[in-house]
Amino acid sequence: MIESHLSLLLVVIPLMAAPVTAVLPNGRLPWLFATIIAWTCFALAIWQFSLVAGGNVISYELGGWAPPWGIEYRIDIVNAFVALIVSGIAAITLPYALLSVEKEIPSKQLSLFYATFLLCLDGLLGITLTGDIFNLFVFLEISSLSSYVLISMGRHRRALTASFQYLIMGTIGATFFLIGVGLMYAETGSLNMADLSTRLPAILEHRTVHTAFAFIVVGVALKLAMFPLHVWLPNAYTYAPSAITVFLAATATKVAIYIMIRVVYTVFSTGFAQDTPTNDMFLILGIFGVLFASVYAIYQRDAKRLLAYSSVAQIGYMVLGIGFASAMGLMATTLHIFNHALMKGALFMAVGALVYRVGSSRIEDISGLGRQMPWTFAAIFIAGLSLIGVPGTAGFISKWYLVLAALEQGAWLIAIVILLGSLLAVIYLWKLVEALFFREATEPDGPIKEAPLLMLIPTWILVLANIYFGFNTELTISAAKTASAVLGQVTP
Amino acid sequence: MIDYLLNHYNYWIVIFLMMVGFYTVISRGNLIKKIAGLSIFQVSVFLLYISIGNVTGGTVPIVTEGATVYSNPLPHVLILTAIVVGVATTALGLALIVRINEAYGSIEEADIHDQDKSL
Repeated sequence: MIESHLSLLLVVIPLMAAPVTAVLPNGRLPWLFATIIAWTCFALAIWQFSLVAGGNVISYELGGWAPPWGIEYRIDIVNAFVALIVSGIAAITLPYALLSVEKEIPSKQLSLFYATFLLCLDGLLGITLTGDIFNLFVFLEISSLSSYVLISMGRHRRALTASFQYLIMGTIGATFFLIGVGLMYAETGSLNMADLSTRLPAILEHRTVHTAFAFIVVGVALKLAMFPLHVWLPNAYTYAPSAITVFLAATATKVAIYIMIRVVYTVFSTGFAQDTPTNDMFLILGIFGVLFASVYAIYQRDAKRLLAYSSVAQIGYMVLGIGFASAMGLMATTLHIFNHALMKGALFMAVGALVYRVGSSRIEDISGLGRQMPWTFAAIFIAGLSLIGVPGTAGFISKWYLVLAALEQGAWLIAIVILLGSLLAVIYLWKLVEALFFREATEPDGPIKEAPLLMLIPTWILVLANIYFGFNTELTISAAKTASAVLGQVTP
Repeated sequence: MIDYLLNHYNYWIVIFLMMVGFYTVISRGNLIKKIAGLSIFQVSVFLLYISIGNVTGGTVPIVTEGATVYSNPLPHVLILTAIVVGVATTALGLALIVRINEAYGSIEEADIHDQDKSL
């Protein structure tokens, strides 16, 4: 009974839970409720993943209306994998959030805060699960609107301007997406993504279809912070409350990458992206993203901002994988979506723990803390190794496949750029490590205690996951392989 | 040529509004004007959808006697949803501007930027 409604429950449960959370009395109750909901979603997502892991497809007709007229939720391994990441990160972030949020958010806004968090989770899950492209737009806006609110709750007043800038750019991106969807509907009369993929090949040379494709790609590129449309991201991640930075950095841009993959590979065909200069654009912007954002990261004086720029660089890697338009490239992107969620989640959690103790993430304020908070420091160190791509960590696996994908196409230059990006990552992460461990503390007024256990445990779960998935790659690689096969199937 | 322009006048309005809105968002430093531009930009897309839904010679999509051709109601339904999204975005944007005004005492982008820089 539950199994047949599984995919819908993943969307309905957080959506229903959000208003309930909003009316709960402030205090720890809303947190507890949101955490239970997030773990329920995680459990359902694992179950759903196990159902489609072999390459099956679940099709759920909303209200019993058959697609392509009704809204269809269509789950293949790609959706299930991204939904697993999103709900998993939410489930691990919420226990971490309790203390950090109590310190950063006014106590009378707690229940609204967790309600908005659940809405954001709901939007992100909805994007991954739906098979209807207009429905996808609606969920995109649900997740975006709630993330604007969450970012604006940061303590510094610059959180407000960061959120406003994100709102402007995010809305332009979403509206571009909407224009593209409208033009596609005008051409085909369909909104179902699977149906669109069968109707579009016949009319691929129409100019309307080209325009629709351009609008959608640019719109989604704004959402995923592809260089040079990334300008909203560093401020948003820097000034958002710590727990929100963790959640958004690990999920929001990944889900946007998923939309890009879905649109380019499923809705339009791979061949279409090859006939138009799209793939070259992805490759060029990916290269620039990796190099420029990494160099920017070196010059940052705020740990959160440094990691935010590093996120832009990592998104560059994922965009490169899409641009290769090969099974290997897609596999690398899918792997990196997963691995990057693990490493950035761990890094932002550890930096959030520093913020919890000293109230700032500026490098001069956190210098010398590494010796006083050894566990937090060790977490930053190991997750940093994973970010660089040292063998034995999760980051190595995805970089390895990305380099293989580059060499497969004889793109030596891109392979060198990928390695150069890793070297730049060594520099900016060393800056962090040097400040934390080798510099003297700026304010020697009494020793600063290690981060509370409730924050350390989730951080270390992610850190250990980084190591675990660096050695045991069975789950991730088989999922990524099946995913790239499923995406490849649709192409003629 | 003139016929072509006149027969598609609604699409020209869409493009005009889209550009007006988009240009306002990019060029104005006043946050309220930015949000106003953003709203115009979104409204142009609503018009685009409604234009797409029109069927030549079609009537209102309600089953009545004597009518055989109906306009496509689906874009209307889609746009109702998009309007709700647009209203929510505008409301949130304006709420943020109120908070920004409380925090900075200004809603001019350049002003806010200077205040942040002087810190």
